[in-house]
Amino acid sequence: MSDARDQQAKFRRQQPLPIRFVHWCNALFIVLMAGSGLQILTAYPYLGPRGALYRWYPLQGVAPPSWLTVGGWLAGGRHWHFAIAWFFVLNGLVYLAYLFASGEWRRRTFIPARDAAPAVAQFLYYARLRKSPPPAGFYNGLQRLAYSSIIIIGVAMTLSGLAIYKPVQLHFLTMLFGGYDGARVVHLAGLALIALFVATHLVLVALHPREILAMITGGKRE
Amino acid sequence: MNSRISRRRFVAGAAAASFLAGCDSYPVKTFLLAMKDWNAGCEAALFSPARTAPELPESATTPEAAFPEYFISDDAPDVPPNWFLTVGGLVERPGRFTLAELRAMTQTSMRVRHHCVEGWSAVASWQGVRVSEIARAAGLKPGVRHVEFRSFDSGYWSSWDLPSATHPQTLLAWGMNGHPLTTGHGAPLRVYSAVKLGYKMCKYLTEVNFLAENTGGYWENQGYDWFGGV
Ligand code: HEM
Ligand code: HEM
Repeated sequence: MSDARDQQAKFRRQQPLPIRFVHWCNALFIVLMAGSGLQILTAYPYLGPRGALYRWYPLQGVAPPSWLTVGGWLAGGRHWHFAIAWFFVLNGLVYLAYLFASGEWRRRTFIPARDAAPAVAQFLYYARLRKSPPPAGFYNGLQRLAYSSIIIIGVAMTLSGLAIYKPVQLHFLTMLFGGYDGARVVHLAGLALIALFVATHLVLVALHPREILAMITGGKRE
Repeated sequence: MNSRISRRRFVAGAAAASFLAGCDSYPVKTFLLAMKDWNAGCEAALFSPARTAPELPESATTPEAAFPEYFISDDAPDVPPNWFLTVGGLVERPGRFTLAELRAMTQTSMRVRHHCVEGWSAVASWQGVRVSEIARAAGLKPGVRHVEFRSFDSGYWSSWDLPSATHPQTLLAWGMNGHPLTTGHGAPLRVYSAVKLGYKMCKYLTEVNFLAENTGGYWENQGYDWFGGV
């Protein structure tokens, strides 16, 4: 442990129960949110207002494959999406509350002054441009960057989702994203970033199976 | 109960079953229906009669050819001869209105963004009479909670909550972009509102009924959200 603060984290499991619980709930919710969102997208797989579709979007008219969708039809997808959204948000709030109340955020979140340089070094190491990994704390710089980014993406998904759910009642929010069609772009881009995160995450944890076990059982007491 | 209603029930049941395809177990179905009710309550609570959608400049108008038409009949239904609008339900003065009579009432024009449940948006201006004007003319009796719109488009109908129906941006529109509605857009009269999704806006209107009860709707009874606000 390189961080002095990490040293204080005595008598604590590597992955405390609250973090394990919200992590696995979140994994389930993300799958359901993405699947039902793709079901909704299937109804109109275009970006941009009618008569002025965005030229830059390469997937105009390309519907997602049905095996990726949840809900069966548009109304079903919407019911799933707006049902699970509550649990997704609630779960995220529990995670944030625990992270801050417990002090766990110190060893898990990305603090630029501490983690920016190690994150670059870690990236160079993965890219085989550097021989040895930089010294790391509980998580390395790249992990902290990824895990903090996904929190921000989750917040952006929630806000852009609300902006397209209620473009009149929450008009100020919709304007924040450049209007209804802008908010749809952000919402779909967020899905793409989540997919990128999950794919990378799964590869990296697969390389460290012991961490998966720790995320299930809690791991050793420190 | 007539056969039309029981057929509707059947269609609704079949659709409800199919949208849960793959996960149509009893607990999942119950969970989704409970969340759907909860969300409808949240939508109603969030709705403010005073909050209006921004009016847009003429330059924002969608080319009319790109503004989708919508009807459930095989072809856009033609206006029946001697068309009139019937206003009824729990009102002091039930009656009929011709288009000329409606156009003699206080007129409203607004250019707002349309939001479809499918995810697209488009902009047009709409000319007509506020539903709140019709309500005033008819005189609502106590106990009115819902407004039902009916059509000659193969029986398409939709029932609304009273606050959304009497919102200042909810019109019985005879005009689009300054000209009378075309057949494809619901001529001679349709509901147009800035505060609902497109499927709530009944086209090809024949009746407006102020009611105590919620009478569902064509898509609503097949599983789509009843509130359908934006
Ligand atoms: C079945 C799929 C998944 C597996 C096997 C898995 C596994 C793990 C493991 C082993 C860790 C421990 C941290 C580490 O050693 O780097 C972790 C942490 C994390 N995972 Fe996952 N994960 C999965 C899905 C997801 C999904 C879908 C998300 C969110 C989109 C996610 C977000 C996170 C976050 C934010 C952390 C850091 C938590 C913290 O320390 O506060 N995971 N995951
Ligand atoms: C991780 C979380 C989420 C994911 C992965 C996700 C994903 C998606 C996707 C892929 C779509 C289809 C895109 C489109 O057609 O524009 C969608 C649509 C939608 N989402 Fe989400 N979403 C998430 C969270 C939320 C939240 C929290 C809300 C809040 C209510 C929300 C509200 C909506 C709405 C209203 C639509 C319909 C947009 C439309 O009609 O096109 N989403 N979502």
